[in-house]
Amino acid sequence: MNAMISTATPSTAYNFAYLDEQTKRMIRRAILKAIAIPGYQVPFASREMPMPYGWGTGGVQVTAAILGANDRLKVIDQGADDTTNAVSIRKFFEKTSGVATTTLTADATIIQTRHRIPEKELTETQVLVYQVPIPEPLRFLEPRETETRVMHALEDYGLMHVKLYEDIATHGHIATTYAYPVKVEGRYVMDPSPTPKFDNPKMDDCAALQLFGAGREKRIYAVPPHTSVVSLDFEDHPFEATKFDHACALCAATHTYLDEVITDDAGGRMFVCSDTDHCEERRAEGHRGDLLGEAPAAIAGSAA
Amino acid sequence: MAVALAFADPVHEAQRTFRAVMNALARPGTIQPVAGLLDAPAPLSSVAAAVALTLADYETPLFLDAPLAANPDVARYIAFHTGARIAAAPSQASFALIADAASVADFADFALGTDTYPDRSTTLILQMESLMAGPSLTLAGPGIKGETTLTASSLPSDIVERLAANRALFPRGVDLILAGPDAVAALPRTTRIRSA
Ligand SMILES: [Zn+2]
Repeated sequence: MNAMISTATPSTAYNFAYLDEQTKRMIRRAILKAIAIPGYQVPFASREMPMPYGWGTGGVQVTAAILGANDRLKVIDQGADDTTNAVSIRKFFEKTSGVATTTLTADATIIQTRHRIPEKELTETQVLVYQVPIPEPLRFLEPRETETRVMHALEDYGLMHVKLYEDIATHGHIATTYAYPVKVEGRYVMDPSPTPKFDNPKMDDCAALQLFGAGREKRIYAVPPHTSVVSLDFEDHPFEATKFDHACALCAATHTYLDEVITDDAGGRMFVCSDTDHCEERRAEGHRGDLLGEAPAAIAGSAA
Repeated sequence: MAVALAFADPVHEAQRTFRAVMNALARPGTIQPVAGLLDAPAPLSSVAAAVALTLADYETPLFLDAPLAANPDVARYIAFHTGARIAAAPSQASFALIADAASVADFADFALGTDTYPDRSTTLILQMESLMAGPSLTLAGPGIKGETTLTASSLPSDIVERLAANRALFPRGVDLILAGPDAVAALPRTTRIRSA
């Protein structure tokens, strides 16, 4: 897919960005508290959205509450702008707000994401909005909200360390690769949402504001810019970001998160950047991976 | 009686004002321009009025300090445009509008939240004569790369001690929005502060 910037005409059937002003105010207040208490999950009265839970209704509500007429919005799912979820959310905001959308990370003022943080370093002028399915990092250890709330209040994260240490006992290393828990500014343990742990280091000291919205679970949390985000680990088992044995087959990058994709009916496969905008930009700069000439258009896109 | 006008384009003006406040809290010490509401009744400042109308509604009791409470037009203006009721005590307020910031009550008199719900705290909107002149403070903490400087004219003289005490309560505590003549700055509870 080519990088594109489009401007749509907003529909007049909705308030700007769909949400009514009372709902936006309520969400905005929650966002301000979330920024003031980094990593703490602020309850909010999540609204029904014209899309099913699991489609990022929490992220959509956060984006709708902050979005302005001059913003440029990028929406990604698994690093790609052209997946069904990303396309439908982008179209939703084009229709309800008329804001400009873009696939270029550098051009976006707001980036809504499911699963990935863009490879390109984010800047002071950007906001990254995460769609979060399960905001509570302690949920699988303690199902009761009343209990997890007390554990956060007491900074009692022993259970989480026990769980990670059981990983080490079983696997010889911490086996968690997605939603790998982090500690924010030395205080709250936070779920970074189902991003791969590869992306955890990008959250630390990030120049952009990071906002997290969980629709079904009715929680908003935040990491302000230049805030400490540390992946939980042990002295004898330090955190290690995922490393890949391959370079991207399309752009030859060795520093990016790769997806394994099937290329034909015969079971052919290749590893390519999950961040499609970054991969296309590298190819446009002349970087060429081993299989660039052989990749089907559906994988390489028009930039090949 | 007639109540003074507020936002001409409520949706977009409230959004712009919110983004200024959000950016101010996310990047303590930065000055974020806000178009004020020039018809706000004195001594309510135009920028403080814009912030209050952007954030307050019937769910958020709002406290007025003595100079603001002394002019009944202020309470009428707030009630008409936001639906917020006026809090009898600072400890019951979601927001506190403070015209005489140098004499603001002890922060511990406001809602500080609880250990389990630290978000149930008061956000103070302090009117500043200037965000360009006055004593300088050195800030560090979340939202700040290294250190930064904030200059504000109308803070209490013991602001460093007050904010250190507030910081010690973390995650409980109040957050401050400083409303200057044409911009806002903010001091969230996370900011570490010393005299510059
Ligand atoms: Zn690539």
